[in-house]
Amino acid sequence: MYVAVKGGEKAIASAHRLLAEERRGDPSVPELTLDQIDQQLGLAVDRVMTEGSLYDRELAALAIKQARGDLIEAIFLARAYRTTLPRFGATRPIDTSSMVVRRRVSATFKDVPGGQILGATFDYTHRLLDWSLAVPGERNGHGAASGPASQPAVNGRDHAQPGSDLASLGGRLPRAIDALDRDDLIEPEEPDPDDRPVADLTRDGLGLPAGRDARLQNLARADEGFVLALGYATQRGYGRNHPFAGEIRVGEVEIELVPEELGFPITIGEITLTECQMVNQFKGTATAPPQFTRGYGLTFGHTERKAMTMALVDRALRCHELGETPTSPPQDEEFVLSHSDNVEASGFVQHLKLPHHVDFQSELVLIRTLRSEAEARAR
Amino acid sequence: MSAYNFAFLDEQTKRMIRRALLKAVAIPGHQVPFGSREMPLSYGWGTGGVQVTASVIGPDDVFKVIDQGADDTTNAVSIRQFFERTTGVRTTTRTDAATLIQTRHRIPETPLREGQILVLQVPIPEPLRWLEPREIETRKMHALEEYGVMHVRLYEDITRHGHVETAYDYPVLVNGRYLMRPSPIPKFDNPKLDRNPALLLFGAGREKRIYAVPPYTPVRSLDFEDHPFTVERWDRTCALCGAADAFMDEIVVDDKGGRMFVCSDTDHCERRRGR
Repeated sequence: MYVAVKGGEKAIASAHRLLAEERRGDPSVPELTLDQIDQQLGLAVDRVMTEGSLYDRELAALAIKQARGDLIEAIFLARAYRTTLPRFGATRPIDTSSMVVRRRVSATFKDVPGGQILGATFDYTHRLLDWSLAVPGERNGHGAASGPASQPAVNGRDHAQPGSDLASLGGRLPRAIDALDRDDLIEPEEPDPDDRPVADLTRDGLGLPAGRDARLQNLARADEGFVLALGYATQRGYGRNHPFAGEIRVGEVEIELVPEELGFPITIGEITLTECQMVNQFKGTATAPPQFTRGYGLTFGHTERKAMTMALVDRALRCHELGETPTSPPQDEEFVLSHSDNVEASGFVQHLKLPHHVDFQSELVLIRTLRSEAEARAR
Repeated sequence: MSAYNFAFLDEQTKRMIRRALLKAVAIPGHQVPFGSREMPLSYGWGTGGVQVTASVIGPDDVFKVIDQGADDTTNAVSIRQFFERTTGVRTTTRTDAATLIQTRHRIPETPLREGQILVLQVPIPEPLRWLEPREIETRKMHALEEYGVMHVRLYEDITRHGHVETAYDYPVLVNGRYLMRPSPIPKFDNPKLDRNPALLLFGAGREKRIYAVPPYTPVRSLDFEDHPFTVERWDRTCALCGAADAFMDEIVVDDKGGRMFVCSDTDHCERRRGR
């Protein structure tokens, strides 16, 4: 009897029960706590916060646990919760030069005011499996990292700890590419007036052509893999823009809000951010002297790969503004912005597994008609 | 679920969607952009339809959900449960007893009446999308009523195959003005769009568009004088109720080519059998 799609109610209830069982796994293995996910899978939490557009480590950890480690599913959970939250207002623009930096590297200068700070990075690890991690213990993970790890690793002789020799810099860590700015060698970046409303894709949807604010928001929320591939493509010649990593910094910044009833800013919290400033190919015209151009990436947590590739794609998408002829997918605003969201993409790809037998039946009727007519003609 | 508002969405969001719906009703067939929200349901599963339903549903509504014409398909069950949990409204499987029906891929066989609302889930709202992938371009084409490419495509299909090669989501012209995708309903259902007494609302969540066909609006399936629009026909009747004029599901019953045909609209089929 035809039962293919019958009994949906029971099937769904059973599926949910099975899912809960599989999520828990073998009950003789201790259950993960949210603290463990937050502390020991911190970069997964960072990715979920960034692409979920929700800065909350505990919720991100919960989403990762509930999603069984499927990060796109976890991002979806974070988004679906976020959308129900009321808006109390907009914060003041953050100032990343006031960041308390844990890691800061510039590839364009050997040394920069405030110094290079290597921080916690995979960059120079040898990707050898560390067997000592396989057994829980006090010393685990230190087998691979030989040498003293007590001092933050630094590059060069004179690099500064956050807060130490920043006194001469007025307590702020200037951006490495400010040196170019001072000499007029890079395009100026003027802040928007405070009263200009900022685009919000989560409220208004995407209008095309999009402003840079909407593009950057889209890229910050975008699937890391998608943006990584696009950024990589620009490096291989599909919309090449000659990038240099002017600076990458990771650290904590304070978030300020001006409550209407107070009229002055108050600090409401602190978040970890990764910022990437790319220095890109210069251009000049008959009237304007050549200048380097910029690409920008900003993400929650320590999400350096994402911030860097975001900056590459931001620069690629600025082609019209900079008078370049778009030739490649990473420069195609509508293509990039319409397909970057992994919650949308994952949903639409996977909806193919929903029943489509009505449409398919229509196609069957049509193809059988076409075939019988073709056979009649052949006779 | 007490932490969530009636029908999940907050009232401000519902107002925003209702404003888009009003505009859609005022300009039949025109796609109205709206600030689609992330729903606790996957994109592609009917997030647009769910948002439209959430914005128009009230405590007195009687709600029905179908997917592929059936009330008991998994996604229909899931959406019905979502609104049962978030609104507590009465639900039904009977088309004639419902005030509000959400559907995916079908229009019920039982004729709709005045006062009913049918909400259709839409994956891709743009009828010109396969001919022109760019939104910036297609919006211009709609503004200028530049629909020649669609007629050319249909013409080319006929010259090549003798038929228009579109079996579902067959393009229609609404109120003599806007080209519209009827959502992936089989073309069998297209004639039901024309001058329907009910209000037809279309929601595309991922693509962030809403459109509408108000009651009694003329809706014409594109065709040519010498190649008039036709719908699917089966030379078999429903194995359960004997209907000869309903849309059929084809069920493979063995591995020797055995087939069985039954009504896709389960409510229609059950009521015919009950008679």
